[in-house]
Amino acid sequence: MNRELKSHIPEGAIAEKWDNHKFNIRLVNPANKRKYNIIVVGTGLAGASAAASFAELGYNVKAFTFHDSPRRAHSIAAQGGINAAKNYQNDGDSIFRLFYDTVKGGDYRSREANVYRLAQVSVSIIDQCVAQGVPFAREYGGLLDNRSFGGALVSRTFYAKGQTGQQLLLGAYSALSRQVATGKVKMYPRTEMLDVVLIDGKARGIITRNLITGAVEAHDAHAVVLATGGYSNVFYLSTNAMACNATAAWRAHRHGAYFANPCFTQIHPTCIPVSGDHQSKLTLMSESLRNDGRVWVPRNPADKNKKPSEIAEKDRFYYLEEKYPTFGNLVPRDVASRNAKYVCDEGLGVGKTGKAVYLDFSDAIKREGRKYVEDKYGNLFDMYQRITDDNPYETPMRIYPAPHYTMGGLWVDYNLMTTIEGLYAIGEANFSDHGANRLGASALMQGLADGYFVIPYTIGNYLAAEPYKVEDTSHPAFSEAIDRVKERMNRLINIKGNTVPDDFHRKLGRIMWDHCGMSRTGDGLKQAREQVRQLREEFWKDVKVVGTADGLNTELEKASRIADFLELGELMIVDALDREESCGGHFREEHQTPEGEALRNDEDFAYVAAWEYQGENKDFILHKEDLAFENVKLTQRSYK
Amino acid sequence: MNWFTRVLTSSIGRKVLMALTGLFLSLFLVVHLIGNLQLLAGDEGAAFNAYAAFMTTTPIVKVASYLLYATFLLHIVQSILLTMHNRSARPVGYRSAGSSQGVSSTSRNMGILGTIILVFLIIHLRNFWYEMHWGEITTDAAGNKDLYKVVSEAFAQWWYVALYIVSMVGVGFHLWHGFASSFQTLGLNHAKYTPFIKSLGYGFAILIPLGFALIPIIMFVQSGN
Amino acid sequence: MAEETRKYTLEIWRQKNANDKGGFKTYPIDDVSPDMSFLEMIDLLNDRLARTGEEPVTFDHDCREGICGACSMYINGHPHGPHQGVTTCQLHMRSFPNNAKIVVEPWRAQAFPVVKDLMVDRAAFDRIIQAGGYVSVNTGSARDANETPISKEIADEAFNAAACIGCGACVAACKNASAMLFVAAKVSQLAILPQGQAERKARAEKMVAQMDAEGFGACTNTGACSAECPKEIGQEHIARLNREFLGASLSSKNVGDFKLIKQ
Repeated sequence: MNRELKSHIPEGAIAEKWDNHKFNIRLVNPANKRKYNIIVVGTGLAGASAAASFAELGYNVKAFTFHDSPRRAHSIAAQGGINAAKNYQNDGDSIFRLFYDTVKGGDYRSREANVYRLAQVSVSIIDQCVAQGVPFAREYGGLLDNRSFGGALVSRTFYAKGQTGQQLLLGAYSALSRQVATGKVKMYPRTEMLDVVLIDGKARGIITRNLITGAVEAHDAHAVVLATGGYSNVFYLSTNAMACNATAAWRAHRHGAYFANPCFTQIHPTCIPVSGDHQSKLTLMSESLRNDGRVWVPRNPADKNKKPSEIAEKDRFYYLEEKYPTFGNLVPRDVASRNAKYVCDEGLGVGKTGKAVYLDFSDAIKREGRKYVEDKYGNLFDMYQRITDDNPYETPMRIYPAPHYTMGGLWVDYNLMTTIEGLYAIGEANFSDHGANRLGASALMQGLADGYFVIPYTIGNYLAAEPYKVEDTSHPAFSEAIDRVKERMNRLINIKGNTVPDDFHRKLGRIMWDHCGMSRTGDGLKQAREQVRQLREEFWKDVKVVGTADGLNTELEKASRIADFLELGELMIVDALDREESCGGHFREEHQTPEGEALRNDEDFAYVAAWEYQGENKDFILHKEDLAFENVKLTQRSYK
Repeated sequence: MNWFTRVLTSSIGRKVLMALTGLFLSLFLVVHLIGNLQLLAGDEGAAFNAYAAFMTTTPIVKVASYLLYATFLLHIVQSILLTMHNRSARPVGYRSAGSSQGVSSTSRNMGILGTIILVFLIIHLRNFWYEMHWGEITTDAAGNKDLYKVVSEAFAQWWYVALYIVSMVGVGFHLWHGFASSFQTLGLNHAKYTPFIKSLGYGFAILIPLGFALIPIIMFVQSGN
Repeated sequence: MAEETRKYTLEIWRQKNANDKGGFKTYPIDDVSPDMSFLEMIDLLNDRLARTGEEPVTFDHDCREGICGACSMYINGHPHGPHQGVTTCQLHMRSFPNNAKIVVEPWRAQAFPVVKDLMVDRAAFDRIIQAGGYVSVNTGSARDANETPISKEIADEAFNAAACIGCGACVAACKNASAMLFVAAKVSQLAILPQGQAERKARAEKMVAQMDAEGFGACTNTGACSAECPKEIGQEHIARLNREFLGASLSSKNVGDFKLIKQ
């Protein structure tokens, strides 16, 4: 299968592309919308907002989530905020600046047209959410409050304490619930998508497993939208929720959806460090903490076991402030993370494991008072104290970077359609907007932009040309797919090996973190690829899945997801190996400036790497989508 | 379903009925106590008997008393219905039941307290109210039924006094939660006024039952038994 | 990393499926680090069970940051364990003394049937939200976000109500298995915001009707729900729900029955 990468970027000046496109795309007559069925997989920010918006337009929607309720999606855990180019603060923000910051923040590996559209619709998102009753933070005068976030010099981030993701998700969930009540959306909770069904090259449905009964079922539709999130859990330890997985995206990939920039993963700088082998996941502390917290380590390795209060000011190494005087503690995430790694690698790290740096609020408390800090970060401080048993009002927090977000994902065109016709990917599941590094408070923005304001338009362009009646689940493609899924489940159960799924996941995570994590080398990656292949082979020989396939079986769920991570992990390594440059979250040690900053190679690598699947244990084929930068000047990112 | 029935049979509607009837009964307690205090007037019951006669013969008071009976009945019936409903909401209980911080045991045991009060009420009605209405009671000097005599005879018995005191403790605990709770149920909760209502409720829950309990104690002591 | 490890005796409710009778099973567990979260301790148990071929204990959990509301264990007499303002995933083993006996049960309520072991079905909450827990505003029809100022006080109060994570601890804690705090949180949030005014009356009426139909008990103002709520949502919201419901019932023009959301 060879699909040409047609990005379908509209003609015209950057500021006019989206408007032109909206005018030029085909529309579905309002009365005919009810003749089309859309499947939405995943009901986080992107999925819930898309499903609700589709239903409002009149389409029939089937929405799937493996959670018991859409309200549990991991979008809920986003803390800091959501960006929008409202310029309410009169500090020089604009759509163009948000666009510019995002492209630059992404280290010039994103598609200009998509990012500009994102910045354009960002303003409508805030309006929409406020209208839904989302209780954003406000000033005493009753108007919306903003804060600044890493990688930006303006205050454009809207927030609801440290629970912005929760409030936005509950907004989208309420819109979705309203449509469930009208019957326009049929909700399938605790149902996991395990395959996509293609008929004549077009996505016509999915195969799901009911997680309670184990029943494998087919669902047909005119189009399928994947809003299934990212794949940070390939690292085993990440800030993602336990159930976050890449299965839906990977199943689509195996059927011909190209996977773009898989090596672009974001390591978030402010997470609570690992405390022991028992650790099941890592907890993120909002990046907004860097607004008032100062990052430091002892200058002298001998001081690292001293209490922080015993270390004199002159013996503290405020490495971000010293290296980057302009942005200081507010440098983008990739820069902050990498520098934390450097100082720890130099033996300056603190804490029992030596893998942590201090995030210190004593200056802010002195300057603004404890009340100020409490009001702004109270719930984060409480959370930190609960987990670590340390009081951050009195002693600095200890933080360390952790895998957090994946910029890579299914390749999509301007319409958010993958290389499979009728199959769309939105939110974190696609690759389109963040390039090689995502700026803080942009994930919520992108998820909702895709769901509320982009795909409701662009899907019409596809559906308008589709017949009302298409193949339904009686088509043999569905029964064949059901058989494949059942066979795979039985295969997993019947290996009856000696190693539990989590062991494989931990091992995979270790390999990925060591070799395809914060910094990567050619040799390390080559080695890692072999290790992953071996591990995969071992998995299919030796995994031990207790229980049966015909009922609730969390071990089986895990095993099935890990099997896909074991394939995706290899592709991430392949991509990282192929990209002989450093950019954003992808840092190849061979490619750095003398000061140790990421060294891009725009000449050879200003492209999106879209990978095609060939078959199990076969090499992936690289397709390149060249990135043209007409509105942003490519520069060496500097936050000094 | 008719909207009125629908509202009154909803979980909140039932609670509102509990609250309204509860508050009305609290008001009745005040009136009843004021009346009872005349037992201590030291006039061999003349004032009390006159009051009792007034309360049983005046038409407007009669109407009010029927309202009171209805209120009692509604309060009791609703409580039974609610308890059954609430029991069915948790068919399988916990093995390890803990008490949550700040949750008073009175609030958890309103049904039991109410049952104690109900038992008392039946005895109390039988001994005084029934006697007053249909019993063979001698008359006092003023020609009123001598209820005072009936009461003072009852309160000369230590076990009756003890029963009375225990029951008043029950009433106190019932009010301890019930008084402020009824305001909460009616939606009357305000940062400024709720603390006041709560204090008022606690005061009410102590003073009213105390007043009721003091009467038999004093009369018992006076009886010289 | 703390050097010491601890031992516990776990008594965990095991139930194969909704139709199974179920019962407690005792599991001794050792090598527990005090830094582990409660769920990581269960992970450890499950890991050991899986290795010996016994089916692991099924429980709901996901974000492990105290925000998704999935985790739901009734531990030693308290939903989410002994501490205030904490979900099970943020409860740490340092809170349990060495050699303690720990009883773990699922949420118990007619409206929350057990699915398996410690996992219950909380779809009733979704249906209550579907009945009216939203502002009817189609995508794209919103006005500028700053057009309606909302005082900080109101915004903060709405946020405090909106912080509900839908875990169901309120139901689990209530002796009547009442869902009033959950319903109150949503009704309250939308009742005080200007955006919620248009549907204010119908919302209170419909959500209460759905709540009753789901088989939750009635509120008796014990306050256990707020005491155990991991987001510490207060009783004043229940008072507001009472007020909203009463006001709406007496003044709205809804004379008929409400259409309930079916299972």
